[in-house]
Amino acid sequence: MAQAVAPSKGMTFGEAGSALAFAGLALLSIIIAAKAYTPEYAFHAYLFAAASVASVFAIVNRYYERPAQLPPQTIGGKPNYNMGPVKFATIASVIWGVAGFTIGLLIALQLAFPALNFDTSWLSFGRMRPLHTSAVIFAFGGNVLIASSFYVVQRTCRARMVGDIAPWFVVLGYNFFIVIAGTGYLLGITQGKEYAEPEWYADLWLTIVWVAYLLVFLGTIMRRKEPHIYVANWFYLAFILTIAVLHLGNNATIPVSIFSPKSYIVWSGVQDALVQWWYGHNAVGFFLTAGFLAIMYYFIPKRAERPVYSYRLSIIHFWSLIFMYIWAGPHHLHYTALPDWAQTLGMVFSVMLWMPSWGGMINGLMTLSGAWDKLRTDPVLRLMVVSVAFYGMSTFEGPLMSVKAVNSLSHYTDWTIGHVHSGALGWVAYVSFGAIYCLVPWLWNKKELYSMKAVSWHFWISTLGIVLYISSMWVAGILQGLMWRAYTGLGFLEYSFIETVEAMHPFYVIRALGGALFVAGSLIMAWNVWKTISAGQEAEELSHATQPALIAAE
Amino acid sequence: MPAAYKFFAEFAQTWGLLYFVGVFLTVLIYALAPSRKDRFDAASRMPLQED
Repeated sequence: MAQAVAPSKGMTFGEAGSALAFAGLALLSIIIAAKAYTPEYAFHAYLFAAASVASVFAIVNRYYERPAQLPPQTIGGKPNYNMGPVKFATIASVIWGVAGFTIGLLIALQLAFPALNFDTSWLSFGRMRPLHTSAVIFAFGGNVLIASSFYVVQRTCRARMVGDIAPWFVVLGYNFFIVIAGTGYLLGITQGKEYAEPEWYADLWLTIVWVAYLLVFLGTIMRRKEPHIYVANWFYLAFILTIAVLHLGNNATIPVSIFSPKSYIVWSGVQDALVQWWYGHNAVGFFLTAGFLAIMYYFIPKRAERPVYSYRLSIIHFWSLIFMYIWAGPHHLHYTALPDWAQTLGMVFSVMLWMPSWGGMINGLMTLSGAWDKLRTDPVLRLMVVSVAFYGMSTFEGPLMSVKAVNSLSHYTDWTIGHVHSGALGWVAYVSFGAIYCLVPWLWNKKELYSMKAVSWHFWISTLGIVLYISSMWVAGILQGLMWRAYTGLGFLEYSFIETVEAMHPFYVIRALGGALFVAGSLIMAWNVWKTISAGQEAEELSHATQPALIAAE
Repeated sequence: MPAAYKFFAEFAQTWGLLYFVGVFLTVLIYALAPSRKDRFDAASRMPLQED
C-alpha cells in the first residue's frame, strides 16, 4: 500500500449529480414556500428546502472526508458489505415503532374516553388515526423492510450493495417522506384515502425514493456471486415492484396548483373506490405480507440453524400468493355500488388465498423440525414462530370475513379492527421484532443481545397485550354487528346508534389496556437494543482482530 | 359499450382463465421437476452459509 502516488481524488458522478439535484430542489422549494397557498404547505416546502440544503452539505462534506478510492467490493476475498444504511434503518424502525404504538394507545384511549382529544384539532381522532397507521405500517414496518432487505440481499448474493450515495438516499429519503406525511396529517393535509393519505408532492417524492430502492435492490441481485436468487429476495422484489405500481395507480392525481397541497384524482366515484381498495388490500398483501414473508424465509432458518423445510413449497407459495392477492381488493366493498360480480370475484380470490397463505405458514413452522427444543431456550426464535402462527390465524380469519354473508355482519365493526391487529401486532410486528433482535448483534458485531431475559419479558407482555386486544375486539365487533341489525317485532331498529357506542365502552377499555402492554413491550425492546449497542459484549472475531492485547490481559 | 363489455368479459373468462391455469402449471412443473432437486436442496441452505 505505497502512498507514493496518491490517486487523484474527484467527485463521482453520483456525488456531483445528487448534490446539484438537491441544490435545485432547495431552490424550487424556497420558491414554492414563498408563493404557497396555505401556511401548512409553506411549512412543508421549507422542510424540503432545509433537507435539501442539509443533503448538499452532507454530500460535499462526505466527499472531503472520504479517501480517494471508494470502498472496495471485497476485502481479502470476502464481500465488503455496506451495512451503514442498514444500521440506520434498524434504529429508525425501533424509534418509529415505539412512537407509532404510543399514538395507537392514545387513540385507543380516546375511543374509550373522548375527552382525551383535549379539544384540539391537532389531537383529534381523525388526524391521529392516519398518524398511527402510517407510523406503524410505513415508518416502523417500512424501515424494518428496508433494513432487512438490504441486509438479506447482500448476504444471500454475497455482494456489496450497489451504489455509494443511492442506499443512503433510499433510507434517508424514505424517512423524510415519513416526516412529511406525518406532519401533514397533524396539520390537516390528507387525501382522505386509507393508507394513501399523503398528498401529491409527498407521493412524488416517495416515487423517486422508491425507484432508487428498486434500482439498488435489482443492481445488487445482478451483481450476485451466487447463481441462484434466494426465495427471500423474490419476495422482497415482489414487494418493491408491486408497491411501486400500486402507489402510481392509486395516486394518479392532478394538483390544483404547484403552490397548493390539494390534488384531485383523475377518476371518481366507484372507480376511485375500486382502485383505492385494489391499492389498499395489496398494501396488506405486498407490504405487510410479501415483505415480511421474505423476513420469515431468511431469519427463521438462520436463527433455527435449519434449512427451509421445503424450498419447492416456497416457490409455489411465492407465485400463487402474488397471483391471487392482486384480485382480492373488492372484498372491502361488499354491498356497495361496486358491481356484484366484482364483489364476488374479490370474495372468491380471498377464499382461494387461504391455501398459499397456509402453505407458507406450514413452510415457516416446519423449518423448525429438528430444532423445536430451541423454542424453550431462545425467546427471539419464539417471537418469530409465534408470528408465523398469528400469520396462519389471521390469513384464515381474513378469507372467512371476505365471505359476503360473514361480511354483512363484520363490516364496519370492530371485528375488522381486531382482525387487522392480529395480523399487524401478531404477525408483522412480531416477525419484525425477531428480525431486529437478530440484526442488532449481527450489525454491531456483538456476541449476543444484552439481555435475553428482557426479550422473554417483551414476548410475554406483548402476547398478553395482543390477546386482550383481539379478544375484546371480537366480542365488541360481533356485539356491534348484531345490535345494528336487531329489529323489534314491529320492524323498527331495536337500538339507536349511540346505544351501540355505549355498549362498546368496556371493550374499548380492555383494548387500550392491551395496547398499553404492547407499548410496554416495545419500550423493553428499545432499552435492550440500546444496551446491546452501547454495552453488549463484542463478538469474538472482531475483538481478536482489533484488541488482541486486551483479550490476553483478561 | 355492451358489445365491448361482452367481448372483454368473454375474453377474461376463457383465455384469461386458461392463461392463469397455464402459469400455475408451469410453476408446478418448475418447482416439482425431479431434475431440480439438488439445486433446491442447496438453495434451502443459503441462509446458513457463512462467507
